[in-house]
Amino acid sequence: MNSTSQQAFRVKARGSRIGARSVSFTFDGKTFEGLEGDTLASALLANGVHLMGRSFKYHRPRGVLAAGVEEPNALMQISRDNSKTTPNVRASVQEIYDGMKAQSQNRYPSLNFDIGAVNNLLSPVFVAGFYYKTFKWPAVAWDKLYEPFIRRAAGLGEAPTEQDPDRYANRFAHCDVLVAGGGAAGLIAAKAAADKGKSVILCDENPEFGGWLLSDTDIRIDGQTGEEWSAEMVRQLLAMDNVRLLARTTCVGYFQQNMVVLNERVTEHLSRPNVELPRERMWQVRAGKVVIAQGAIERHMVFPDNDRPGIMLAGAAQTYLNKYGVAVGANVGVYTACDSAYAAAFDLAEEGVTIPVVIDHRDQVSDDIRAQAKEFGIKVITGAHVYCTTGKLRVNSMSIRHHKASSGSEDFEIDALITCSGWTPSLHLYSQSRGKPQWDEATRRFLPGESPQECVSIGSCNGTDELADIFVEAAEAVGGKAQKPKIEDDVPTSSGMVGATGTSADKGKAFVDFQNDVTAKDIALAVREGMHSIEHVKRYTTNGMATDQGKLSNMHGLAIAAKLLDKPIPQVGLTTFRAPYTPTTFGSFVGHARGALFDPTRKTPIHEWAVEQGAEFEPVSLWNRARYFPKAGETMDDAVDRECQTVRKTAGVFDASTLGKIEVVGPDAAAFMNIMYTNGWDKLRPGRAKYGIMCRDDGFIYDDGVVGKLSSTRFHVTTTTGGAARVLNMMEDFTQTEFPEMKVWLTSTTEQWATIAVQGPKAREIVEPLVSGVNIANEKFPHMSVAECQVCGVPARLFRISFTGELGFEINVPADYGRAVWEAVWARAEPLGACAYGTEAMHVMRAEKGFIIVGQDTDGTVTPHDAGLSWAVAKSKPDFVGKRGLQRPDLIAKGRRQLIGLKTKDPKKVLQEGAQIVADPEQSIPMKMVGFVTSSYWSGTLDQSIAMAMLEDGNARMGETLYVPMPDETIEVEVTGTVFYDPKGERLHG
Amino acid sequence: MAKPAIALRHTPTEGHNFANGVVSVSTAAPASRISLRATPLGANSFGKSLGLDLPKKPSGSAAKGGKFALWLGPDEWLIIDEKNQDISLVPKTASTQLSAVDISHRNAAYFISGNGAENTLNAACPRNLSLSEFPVGSATRTIFGKAEVVLYRTQNNTFRMEFWRSFTPYVWGLLLDAARDSNN
Repeated sequence: MNSTSQQAFRVKARGSRIGARSVSFTFDGKTFEGLEGDTLASALLANGVHLMGRSFKYHRPRGVLAAGVEEPNALMQISRDNSKTTPNVRASVQEIYDGMKAQSQNRYPSLNFDIGAVNNLLSPVFVAGFYYKTFKWPAVAWDKLYEPFIRRAAGLGEAPTEQDPDRYANRFAHCDVLVAGGGAAGLIAAKAAADKGKSVILCDENPEFGGWLLSDTDIRIDGQTGEEWSAEMVRQLLAMDNVRLLARTTCVGYFQQNMVVLNERVTEHLSRPNVELPRERMWQVRAGKVVIAQGAIERHMVFPDNDRPGIMLAGAAQTYLNKYGVAVGANVGVYTACDSAYAAAFDLAEEGVTIPVVIDHRDQVSDDIRAQAKEFGIKVITGAHVYCTTGKLRVNSMSIRHHKASSGSEDFEIDALITCSGWTPSLHLYSQSRGKPQWDEATRRFLPGESPQECVSIGSCNGTDELADIFVEAAEAVGGKAQKPKIEDDVPTSSGMVGATGTSADKGKAFVDFQNDVTAKDIALAVREGMHSIEHVKRYTTNGMATDQGKLSNMHGLAIAAKLLDKPIPQVGLTTFRAPYTPTTFGSFVGHARGALFDPTRKTPIHEWAVEQGAEFEPVSLWNRARYFPKAGETMDDAVDRECQTVRKTAGVFDASTLGKIEVVGPDAAAFMNIMYTNGWDKLRPGRAKYGIMCRDDGFIYDDGVVGKLSSTRFHVTTTTGGAARVLNMMEDFTQTEFPEMKVWLTSTTEQWATIAVQGPKAREIVEPLVSGVNIANEKFPHMSVAECQVCGVPARLFRISFTGELGFEINVPADYGRAVWEAVWARAEPLGACAYGTEAMHVMRAEKGFIIVGQDTDGTVTPHDAGLSWAVAKSKPDFVGKRGLQRPDLIAKGRRQLIGLKTKDPKKVLQEGAQIVADPEQSIPMKMVGFVTSSYWSGTLDQSIAMAMLEDGNARMGETLYVPMPDETIEVEVTGTVFYDPKGERLHG
Repeated sequence: MAKPAIALRHTPTEGHNFANGVVSVSTAAPASRISLRATPLGANSFGKSLGLDLPKKPSGSAAKGGKFALWLGPDEWLIIDEKNQDISLVPKTASTQLSAVDISHRNAAYFISGNGAENTLNAACPRNLSLSEFPVGSATRTIFGKAEVVLYRTQNNTFRMEFWRSFTPYVWGLLLDAARDSNN
């Protein structure tokens, strides 16, 4: 079978973009043939298919309206398989490839017969503001009823349910000149900039460069066709190594300081993409200058029933004919308020398409156009409008009437109707650059004004209509010079009109916004109901709020509202354009950042050892830390119990490498410590360590940790795991801005050292033989000592320190030795009956001792006094960060929450962290809460549950009974001190 | 008591090697490193002791005999001795003009080499790495995706990338993913 013979509307003489090879694809399950180079829309049109979708709200049958990204109707689900499926793809943009599956959306059971079309009959109900008026009561119905209903009815495609197997790439790039848009203006500007030696990136959303020159085949530039001229420009640009041409690349966003984001679709048009290629590539371009050459978008005519399949933009019909070799019908009516539609009509007529009539909304049309129409035998009726159309799934007639006539009509049989009310300059990127569009009354359109950024608009997006002028403007925009070439064309450009035609603002369904089903009547209703700003009209009617961002509808909606308000258009206002210019895939934004590359997972040098031992891990900031080391058959609770008790009875080894470390060095190091920490550092001798608290200016606890003094000018500061970066930043901030006179410098050493904590009665026995260069006997190396020495023959910093309440050491060795030293420690620890323990056991043991964890027992509103750490706040120091904050009246007032311990009356009952505490459980709800639980664990060592809590006047409530109401019970608790185990601290000194 | 065993040094990048014809990634040998923070006076005297004239300008570097100093800030340098691992470059006596901190083990490093090196890095690094803007000998602290890195261009098509060791799996994974898209 000769497949192309089915393409009855193919025009062999035209179609610059079309190849000879036939391409097979399916649409709603039926196989179609197109030609290579076709878009889905052009291939379907070649097969006589106009019906491509159902509308959003009323489920009206819709055909393709446009030939570019502004298409509001023909949205498709495009699939390769279940995982590679994309909803809401514009048929006018998607190129066909062998095996492509296209599915229409928003219809059930089929496109031809859609049950949802009943909404069309109910349309008097679905007026503007319908959702606001209807779904506001009762509130409970929102989750269960209204939202699911609205979502189901929302009428867009389906997100894939399987993981996306495609790859996406990102690229940062820099250039002197970025040109957005590769039509005539863009090509000229790119060439002129490149000729001056600038580095240039030129992008265009289409597969080929040339823009409108490829749609209008009657243009001659010094005798060359637009296609020939563009091809020559591209050839020249490709030969220059300071130029990068990006086709199928949309400029989606224009951000601060000329950062422009491009989305390149790399494989979306290929039948069998190379697996090495990303599906899409996002370019983040920092440009010296941005040249905006976005062009203009044609507007439709607003009249009743202007949405039947077969009714489309005149320029789109011209594009389908000249680029794709497709006639949009055999008997095509024309309705226009702009000269450019005649060019489309003449091209179609040249290929034998019948043009029964051109209805021109204007009273006058030029003699030249009349003469050309006459040559083609086309009847032109001016001063008239189309007031209705018929045809269920395809337009089959239109009725017209002279503006002055109140009744009577003339009917025309047609199978397509092309319309044009003029062209809207695309201001999207200009607006995103934070420029404010200016109204040009002469041509009744918004044009770019000044921009706060280094950018310039050229060509039709700047309102420059004449091609000869564009040559000069585009070259000069980048500092070049150009001669005006000789331009020939059959039809000149003209400005057209905005708003509804005839009396259609209050009659029938004259669609302004096709994608959101907004009619001229809806705009009128919004104005009547008090919406006087376009921002309100937009949100009330949803005009311009669909994924096409009102590319067709904004100006019409604005003009209709302005007319009804009897105000000039600029006074009603223009809405701001936001990125992205066209819908952009999530994949493109995500880029490389998926799976393991979503966020760094930081691992210590000892991590793999823990993996080999079967540890369970937990994320702590970006780190992955060993949480517990379960033995066969152990639950987490079993393992944590065993680990805690082993440490307390024998010893345990713990990987503390993630602890933040900062080296503070310089002659003013001690003075700096005095300023940054609440406690005093003057009396600390080298070789000794101290627990320190750091506040913010406001007096609230920021971080804590043990600090070792290595010499008079060098401190080894430790921070919490999660706080390391912010503590360094705050310290650096203070050295640079508050105390620049201090000679003190900071270096992050978190990762320089692997830190191995050995805790428990046998800690010294484990560590001692590995250490040289220091005597670690109890009296020689007491609690809170630090020494630079060797462990396993490598340089080490050894602390005697404890976060468990047991005798303990922390061995710091250079990280590349971490695993080897850990294994040496383990080789001694294991035979002695010690265990490796994880963060969970560490948490339990520190809670048994009442040690806080910043961020768990504090929440940024807790002072050292609240946390029971007044002993660590120096009273005599002249100043420290937070000193003045701590004197604020509310921080010294009575009734503040204070950190206390809780014991449950039933010792087996473990409280929930975050649970609220009340004094009287018999109150009615909502009860007055007097505090909340911050830490809560089962302590196997004590054989009872323990907790810490922030409690109003907690210190004064020792021994009181309070209550923790839970959904199914109320738990009785007793207020205690925070130290549950070894309150005298005797075990530290073993 | 037996003499303590000498522990062996293992870098997190050990065994990492990749090449695809456009770009190659290889691991840098263990090195000695210093983070130097100093006054101008301190920088001069420290430079003399190293035999290097410390760079004073942004993105600057100085190199001699396997030692190199990279400018990271007005008072901050990263100094690397790639020939001698585990020799402490920290002066024995404290100076009032500087802070030298041993960070030999804090960083790991890769070499990224080949015609696709710039593209590979620019997949996740926003710096302009073109030869005209970032010529041989340039150094900068920047980002590679969500990791802070120091880039040092050693040859036209070769960069040394220094990063904190725990970021190795992330940096390595991102380099491999980026390398697949470096050929244009």
